[in-house]
Amino acid sequence: MTDATAPHTPARPDGLEGVAADWASDQRAFKTASWGKAMMWIFLLSDTFVFAIFLISYMSARSSTETEWPNASEVFALHVGHTELPLLLIAIMTFVLITSSGTMAMAVNFAYARNARRTAQLMFATAALGICFVGMQAFEWSKLISEGVRPWGNPWGAEQFGASFFMITGFHGTHVSFGVLFLLIVANKVRKGEFDSGRRTWLCREKGDYEAVEIMGLYWHFVDLVWVFIFAFFYLW
Amino acid sequence: MTHAVASDATRSPAPAQEHQAHPIRLYVICWCLLFVLSAASYMVDYAQLQGLLRWGLILLFMTLKAGLIVAVFMHMAWERLALVYAVLLPPLAALVFMGIMVAESGYTLQSREDHFSTE
Repeated sequence: MTDATAPHTPARPDGLEGVAADWASDQRAFKTASWGKAMMWIFLLSDTFVFAIFLISYMSARSSTETEWPNASEVFALHVGHTELPLLLIAIMTFVLITSSGTMAMAVNFAYARNARRTAQLMFATAALGICFVGMQAFEWSKLISEGVRPWGNPWGAEQFGASFFMITGFHGTHVSFGVLFLLIVANKVRKGEFDSGRRTWLCREKGDYEAVEIMGLYWHFVDLVWVFIFAFFYLW
Repeated sequence: MTHAVASDATRSPAPAQEHQAHPIRLYVICWCLLFVLSAASYMVDYAQLQGLLRWGLILLFMTLKAGLIVAVFMHMAWERLALVYAVLLPPLAALVFMGIMVAESGYTLQSREDHFSTE
């Protein structure tokens, strides 16, 4: 494959030998990822540690307390008619976020097909779903606050529940909010045809360079990824 | 001659971009699977499963969902191993830290029961 497209680049080994060769090449280690993509991955790696530490501190708080931990299934239940559905809002939020990841993946696909109209539409849809998610998050926060949940206590059990909840979901919600902001900025640039103008900008190296959309997508999928862990450990456990 | 070589080496050429173009069907399948897995993990709570079965299923569905998102949506499955390892191996340190904190919180709980019990 490399021979056909670029005859001057020597064939690269694959597998573990490839890892050693790439890292030991005394050049750029990430041969096929641009610096923008590599930096986004490294940023996401650091963010992984931030969220990992939040979840670990939550685990420590929960497993070292003598008092019973509030039952998330009941705390986050929603009354619909006369029945009480456990975790209903959280389930809807999960589906909204997964759907937004799906639209983002398709936006990336259309971006590489250089279909600016479709890309912008799908990115705006992603942003709309993100706003929807943050809205439901805000609803959930105000519901819990009105029921008396505080970072230092709550009516149902272990006092650390509120601190963990506000810290973890708050940080995640902030990530979603900034993601929406950045999505709107990039989507608007796509809509205005900036990526096809041939003008070099901080997001675009040359005409038809839509990689910024994929990098934006990496961040958005990461936000979805973090929610998978929060959903499992905070809401279901 | 030497000049040409030097300028060639210092100029950083645009990398051979390998665009992540995959059939849209792949994303739709991945999306559907994520929906099914989310519904399944919700059902674990809805059915009020308890004990090892509950935790096992939660972890299983969580791992599968995370794997799908990283591999397909984030295109990790098509990146070179040098990047894959650089991103996926360091979080193992967080797992080690988790292990340490399990022991630590067990100790904290023990001393709370020993010295601060109200009964």
